Amino acid sequence: MNRIRRISALAAAAALAALPAGAQTIAITGGTVHPVSGGPLENATVLIRDGRIVAVGREVAIPADARRVDARGKVVTPGLIHPASNLGLLEVSSIEATDETDVAGDVTPSFDVSAGINPDNVRIPVARLEGVTSTVVLPGGGFVAGQAAWIGLLGDRREDVIRRAGVALLANLGAAAKGAGGGARARGLARLERLLDDAAEYDRRRADFRRNAIQPLSAPAEELEALLPVLRGERPLYVVANSERDIRNALHLAAERRLRLVLLGAAEGWKVAGELARAGVPVVVNPFQNVPGFDNLGARWDNPALLAEAGVTVVLTESESGGPRNLRWGAGHAVRNGLPWARALEAVTLAPARAFGAGHEAGSLEPGKLADVVVWSGDPFEYATRAELVLIGGREVPAMSRQTELLERYRRLPPQ
Amino acid sequence: MPRWSALLGAGLLAACAGQPAPSQPGPKDAAPATSADRVQYASTYARRPFRPVLIRNATILTAAGPELRNASLLLEDGKVTAIGTALAAPEGAMVVDGSGKFVTPGIIDTHSHLGVYAAPGTFAEGDGNEATNPVTAEVWAEHSIWPQDPQIPLAIAGGVTVIQVLPGSANLIGGRSAVIRLVPARTVQEMKYPGARYGLKMACGENPKRVYRSRGPSTRMGNMAGYRDAFIDAEEYRAKWDKWRAERKGDPPERNLRLESLAGVLRGEILVQNHCYRADEMAQMLDLAREFGFTIRSFHHAVEAYKIADLLAQAGTAASVWADWWGFKMESYDGVPQNAALLQQAGARAIIHSDDEGGIQRLNQEAAKALHAGRQAGLPVTREDAIRWITANPAWALGLEAETGTLEAGKKADVVVWSADPFSVYARAELVFNEGWLVFDRTDPARQLRTDFNLGQAAPGVGR
Repeated sequence: MNRIRRISALAAAAALAALPAGAQTIAITGGTVHPVSGGPLENATVLIRDGRIVAVGREVAIPADARRVDARGKVVTPGLIHPASNLGLLEVSSIEATDETDVAGDVTPSFDVSAGINPDNVRIPVARLEGVTSTVVLPGGGFVAGQAAWIGLLGDRREDVIRRAGVALLANLGAAAKGAGGGARARGLARLERLLDDAAEYDRRRADFRRNAIQPLSAPAEELEALLPVLRGERPLYVVANSERDIRNALHLAAERRLRLVLLGAAEGWKVAGELARAGVPVVVNPFQNVPGFDNLGARWDNPALLAEAGVTVVLTESESGGPRNLRWGAGHAVRNGLPWARALEAVTLAPARAFGAGHEAGSLEPGKLADVVVWSGDPFEYATRAELVLIGGREVPAMSRQTELLERYRRLPPQ
Repeated sequence: MPRWSALLGAGLLAACAGQPAPSQPGPKDAAPATSADRVQYASTYARRPFRPVLIRNATILTAAGPELRNASLLLEDGKVTAIGTALAAPEGAMVVDGSGKFVTPGIIDTHSHLGVYAAPGTFAEGDGNEATNPVTAEVWAEHSIWPQDPQIPLAIAGGVTVIQVLPGSANLIGGRSAVIRLVPARTVQEMKYPGARYGLKMACGENPKRVYRSRGPSTRMGNMAGYRDAFIDAEEYRAKWDKWRAERKGDPPERNLRLESLAGVLRGEILVQNHCYRADEMAQMLDLAREFGFTIRSFHHAVEAYKIADLLAQAGTAASVWADWWGFKMESYDGVPQNAALLQQAGARAIIHSDDEGGIQRLNQEAAKALHAGRQAGLPVTREDAIRWITANPAWALGLEAETGTLEAGKKADVVVWSADPFSVYARAELVFNEGWLVFDRTDPARQLRTDFNLGQAAPGVGR
């Protein structure tokens, strides 16, 4: 199991190194460019070669063989990064045969979703046509659910789309911790602490473990093995926590063991904003969430704004029934509710890239980065705006999806 | 005035469409012969008085014609009394500077479960599906609605003034809907829209056949047989009661609540609101309606409505759709974001509905999404069309088009003042008037409802 995981991680790393070369050099000229790594540039050029950005600025020399894209009057941004989807893993949620997100058992850290990715999943084109160029795909349900993967949203083979497996280990300190704790989340939390301690013990005493000269551990070796990168701080622990109580528990757990923590949900994050900022924990929030439940009575639409104001790194997500295509409007909605526009753009580009260890590869328009680039007809967060050109790894996304084909078939009735 | 409006409401309810109705009182000198002759669960809603309101210099989307620039709107005694350019403020009026702002009718949602699937989302307050029998036409959503649902203030802050609360979609025939005004209330009667006709929730497809798999129906043909059986019984029931009401001879027939609702549909008093995703199934349901001589007022969800937009236009059946929900089950697999725009193009009546406690708070955004998906695909849809998708057309689907849903003199003063073009993602509802009463003011916490549930909770309340 472990070996297989390593191989798939290696394969993914190799795929990343050999990302599909854009067949051509592309120069996007004249647009208002938001590199995100720096302030906006008017009338600037983004130059792309072999799938990577090679230059961004107002004085960029354009090679004669470059395909020119006239972006005058348009807005150029990095491609959006969805931090919490199941694109490629799930096709129709009510049809179990199309769902590769879930496994039996509540402690399955060795479950790596990447081998279940289907690059032909019909939900992928719908998302990328609205400027989502890559996503972190999550395992489903359990308490310690498994490992997320970062995938690009264009490619024919699985190796083409998986950018990195094991970018985070997903755990759930909300309702799932309550269940895993036999009814009380305190017990669930204790169970997670014991798992991490056992993983450390296993790592220290591998020889004793092989000789059976060790007290029984709380999970099989392959599961403990999968926790080690988290213990070493190499892989973030991605924790679902919405209530103030659960957020504090996660902060405490991570601080004690010096884990890298990313929070998902954080509906009541605004109450703990100062601590989250001091701890430097990126927080993935849904700007559409404000309906109270007993795990998130303090949910409010200005949560992203309040977090950002306190200095927290905000990452935006969504869970709309229309799918990840809604990410850009979620960002707009966060702006509507007080998040500064530039912070919102960062929260769907560079902030998620950094949170999942891809800050050197994506999330901004800087030389050397993957050419995930979108040319918008206007403000990317507005409904009236259209993603006119979407590049993923320097390749142009075809303006086609299952939805566009249905539209064309039924544009005139009766269909021909 | 408030009392009068409540009484009028009960009267209207009784006298729908001039047909003999179960609740129509008998001859004046006779005591009611049966409980069916007494008033059934009357509305006690009373319009709250408010001073006149003059909104000046705004862009007004009337939902009844072209948008008006630099225009003014006058509200008095719960009604729109004037709309124009040079209106004078009556004495004591609240004057709103509408510069840079937009004014629309209050948003109407044809498909909500507020109150019947209340927050905080416990089983204890999950009262939306009487999933104990495939046909439960006898249940009424209003008997489940919890007026303290904390989702209600959130919807108000999104500019919603009137909603239809529906039973869920577990059943072939799920029960009667309730049309309510979103105002603070202790009882659902205080929210019931006076005179509004009931809807009957029906559901096609996957849900009923999944829920009743073991006892049936377990197939789509089983679903169809179930509706037909129910309406055959209703025909007989209706004939018996109509005869008795005409003659008043002998004992009244035995009351049957299930058949009473279905007979209401056959008499045209109750409007059919039909959850149905697939085009081919909607066509079957149109045939069912023909068989029994009623019309389906609106399909709901109707993810494939665009495939039969011409048939819907012909049948005069509206389609209440989402902007872009799709793919979460097989019958939603063919969703396209141009659904509403394609319906509009074909001359069918398009409605954007929510079916969701989140979506109901931003129906303007959902309409914007559908509008621009259409425009970007080259379909001929305008802002004037899109505003009707969330106001005038849903008003029609609820049978309230003569009273609300547009800004015209004489209509109810259900009005929203927006900070910007409501089809911008950045727009916020700043003021919401429900029949002339200021139910929400973004700048005034005293005008932001907190339900009993909200008290003493960590929840910050609305307006954020």
